[in-house]
Amino acid sequence: MRRDSSILNQIDWLTIFVYGILVIMGWLNIYASVYQEGAGMNIFDFSLNSGKQLVWIGSTIIIFFIIVSIDFQFYESISYILYGIIVLMLIFVLLFGDKVSGARSWFEIGSFFKIQPSEFAKFITALAVARFISTPGFRFSSKRQITMVSALVIIPIMLILMQPDPGTALIYFSFIIVFYREGLSPLVLVIGILLVLIFISTIFINQIYIVIAIVAIAGIAIIFADKTFKRVASIVVIMLFTIGVTFSVDYFQSNVLKPHHQKRLRVLINPDSDPLGDGWNVTQSKIAIGSGQFWGKGFLNGTQTKFDFVPEQSTDFIFCTLGEEHGYIGTSLVIILFIFLILRIFYIAERQKSRFAQTYGYAVGSIIFFHFMINIGMTIGLFPVIGIPLPFFSYGGSSLWAFSILLFILLKLDAHRMQIFVR
Amino acid sequence: MNDSRKIIIRIGVVIVGIIFLIKLLSIQVLSDNYRLAAENNIIQRIIEYPYRGLIYDRNGELLVINNPMYDLMVVPMEVEVKDTAEFCSMFGIDKETFVEKYNAARKYSVIKPSIFIKQISNEEFARIQDKLISFKGFYISARSVREYPHPVLSNALGYIGEISKNQLDRDTTNYYRMGDYIGISGIESSYETALRGQRGVKKRMVNVRGVEQGLYKEGRLDTLSVPGSNLVSTIDLSLQQYAEKLLEGKVGSLVAIKPSTGEILSIVSAPSYDPNILTGREFSENFQTLSLDTAVPLFNRPIMAMYPPGSMFKTIQALIALQENVIDKDELIYSDGRLIGDLAPIGYYDVEEAITYSSNNYFFKVFRRIINQGEDPSPFIDARFGLERWRNYVVKFGLGITLDIDIPNPKSGYVPTVGYYDRVYGQNRWKFSNIYSLSIGQGETLVTPLQMANLGAILANKGYYYTPHIIKSIDDSGLPDPKYLIKNEVGIDSVHFNAVINGMEEVVRSGSGRRAYMPYIAVCGKTSTVENPHGEDHSGFMGFAPKDDPQIAIAVYVENAGWGGRAAASISSLVIEKYLTGEIKRKWLEDFVLKGDFLY
Repeated sequence: MRRDSSILNQIDWLTIFVYGILVIMGWLNIYASVYQEGAGMNIFDFSLNSGKQLVWIGSTIIIFFIIVSIDFQFYESISYILYGIIVLMLIFVLLFGDKVSGARSWFEIGSFFKIQPSEFAKFITALAVARFISTPGFRFSSKRQITMVSALVIIPIMLILMQPDPGTALIYFSFIIVFYREGLSPLVLVIGILLVLIFISTIFINQIYIVIAIVAIAGIAIIFADKTFKRVASIVVIMLFTIGVTFSVDYFQSNVLKPHHQKRLRVLINPDSDPLGDGWNVTQSKIAIGSGQFWGKGFLNGTQTKFDFVPEQSTDFIFCTLGEEHGYIGTSLVIILFIFLILRIFYIAERQKSRFAQTYGYAVGSIIFFHFMINIGMTIGLFPVIGIPLPFFSYGGSSLWAFSILLFILLKLDAHRMQIFVR
Repeated sequence: MNDSRKIIIRIGVVIVGIIFLIKLLSIQVLSDNYRLAAENNIIQRIIEYPYRGLIYDRNGELLVINNPMYDLMVVPMEVEVKDTAEFCSMFGIDKETFVEKYNAARKYSVIKPSIFIKQISNEEFARIQDKLISFKGFYISARSVREYPHPVLSNALGYIGEISKNQLDRDTTNYYRMGDYIGISGIESSYETALRGQRGVKKRMVNVRGVEQGLYKEGRLDTLSVPGSNLVSTIDLSLQQYAEKLLEGKVGSLVAIKPSTGEILSIVSAPSYDPNILTGREFSENFQTLSLDTAVPLFNRPIMAMYPPGSMFKTIQALIALQENVIDKDELIYSDGRLIGDLAPIGYYDVEEAITYSSNNYFFKVFRRIINQGEDPSPFIDARFGLERWRNYVVKFGLGITLDIDIPNPKSGYVPTVGYYDRVYGQNRWKFSNIYSLSIGQGETLVTPLQMANLGAILANKGYYYTPHIIKSIDDSGLPDPKYLIKNEVGIDSVHFNAVINGMEEVVRSGSGRRAYMPYIAVCGKTSTVENPHGEDHSGFMGFAPKDDPQIAIAVYVENAGWGGRAAASISSLVIEKYLTGEIKRKWLEDFVLKGDFLY
């Protein structure tokens, strides 16, 4: 018992505190989003999302104690085994899973208990990637090792894309931040961003113009660069590569992306182009948030969310309920809390002595950051509509458990940071 | 190197946070559009159309009532039509119209109701009522349109119609909405605010599927509809019907006024139309037909048609001369027919006889005395003074000005001014010899039949009038608009009227108005044969009866009907008889009028 209490003393309670605030706020907003006036509802009613969420919240306390009481070295040692299991589950879910709104991503056990393996794959992938990077002798200059660590991320991405659940798959790109922190050349980041820009621009601009632009930029680069053979050759190679990407993007769009995905990207740029069709969600989401004004309409007084103008109000669009009922005060508080939490996680990661814990910490921060960025960005019209939850906030057991485990393991590792010998 | 990376990552996170905070600031705090859009989303306005006020005649007979009509509303989101062909045949529309209307409604809103088919009649509604259930997303909304139990008085009553874009833009009170009905002409227009009542609005909250979610703000903003005020008209329905019958097939006007109050007993514009055709769904079609009709049935002649007054005007000349003391009532003036063409025999006339025989030369001389009173040695300047003085009198008789009647757009007619002759001839380059035709009611003077009926009332009252009006009571007040209770004096002493009135009685007894004569009613009148350069002369009559206790003043114009003594005097006489006795004893005269063959 003495040992336990000393561990609890080492836990970063500030993080737990912020986590707790977000979870409680999420719970209240879930209730608000399902609340019907005059229906005599109770926030603890287990037939409501809010009641169910309370069960999930309560269970995270048990999870917390389980995670804290397990030996901290266990997580590093079991990571590959867990990784193997989750990859198998991702394969099984493709074969035996239940189809929910078009994606085969759920296992149904009984009628009440459903789990979504792709949620848990996040922290497991984070563990596996951390373990791989912390292997003695790992270097980002080795092409073989880069390929292997990338494979750890790409395997779940491919499996999740097959469900298909592109939103969740997108989250795995947060590992780029981890790789960058652990030594990957920033060129990869820049190229990644460039590819995204080209990808988006091909939706709106005829690819002929993009090719012309690329050739023009390359031409200018050659004029101003040192005219050594090596430099000119590399510019030409990069130019040809980019042009190739342009055409492959075109192929990707017309053969891989479904028309409704393309539409969503278009709607992002101009939601009014189709206010009643695909723009509906974005428009209604912005109306709900915007109508909250500075002070909000008050708890349970939201109309847009309550009257179903906003879709998926208790899960992916939970931020709308917050924005409508609590106004700018509420939204800015939550954003500040999230930014604080993410920075705190990166801070915790930086103070780790083991590379495993540090890498894992960055993975945790990056995954939460990506969720935060994409989810809120989507509700306020800065991101295309991608169905992923807002961490700790959105309704859903799998999601809350997965995020809680993700965070608690880091706190457990952090509590033992002084017991690590620097390798 | 890794230290800088850790900073870059943190900066990236903070930048995303700042972008979100700025974006939220712009949509939540700096913009009001989203709040409005949100209200627009959830608030469904249920309009309660008030019952439009009814209009009664002076004896309590209904002139205008409401008739229920139904609009078919559509909520595009809920629409489920399995058999479009059946739907189309039910409402008598084709497939393209259906698609067109549906798309228009969808464009307006997918969740809010909009009008799909307007004004389905009661009978049609009964036929489709049961079948409608099988077409989801379509609803019936009750409205009412006007109905006229007696197809008379159309131009004075006017009509209602959907408010136009222009009217909507000009509506500063912000009362009207698209698709509202508004009085467009006649009483419907001039008493619009009284008749329309107050629209009630109930605000309901609806969810995304249009399902009601309760009252908006507990109904604190809801308003009840207030029914429009009922109006009591001054019109005598049976007199109106009779007068319209007499003017059937003719072009002209009739205005009968109760002299003691200015109440219009009857106002006829011929040709006319059945007011019922300008209600309901055929409105636009029928309106089109009416407005293209070369007989211009929509032209409200009694207040808009302008004619030279003709000989009726001699009554005014006589009164001005007496008031100005330029003649004495028994003074004999020689009229030899040399100054101006004349049908009156040569001889000496006093003012009474001059009226009776309509002596043009007498009034030429009288008018000269009114104009040239020797205020200035120059005849040119003297004429200026004279015309100005004369005009001041004439205007007081309600001529050359707009009588503020409660039917929209009355014309003022025209009484020439000094300025007018200055423009025509040049300043100080005209004198009496240029304007003498005014003396007998020809020349530039123009009057409306309403103004002449009002002249009849002035003569009956011996010197004053109440502005003619067609509504005697708004709601239960029993009173008309206060402006109709003001007595307008014309500035002629009442003693001067006797000679003129005696002359007018003699016109009917033995002069040009003999057809208006009845042994049992003393009618005073004056005929006019209005010179018409475009065709046959117009026939006019102005008068009142009975002489000693005037109950009715009247003016009738029948276009292209020749002498005033025939068509106009006959019609006036019959209307007077009908009003005062309730029956017609002179069937032969009625037949003469109904036959309408006045020229030969």
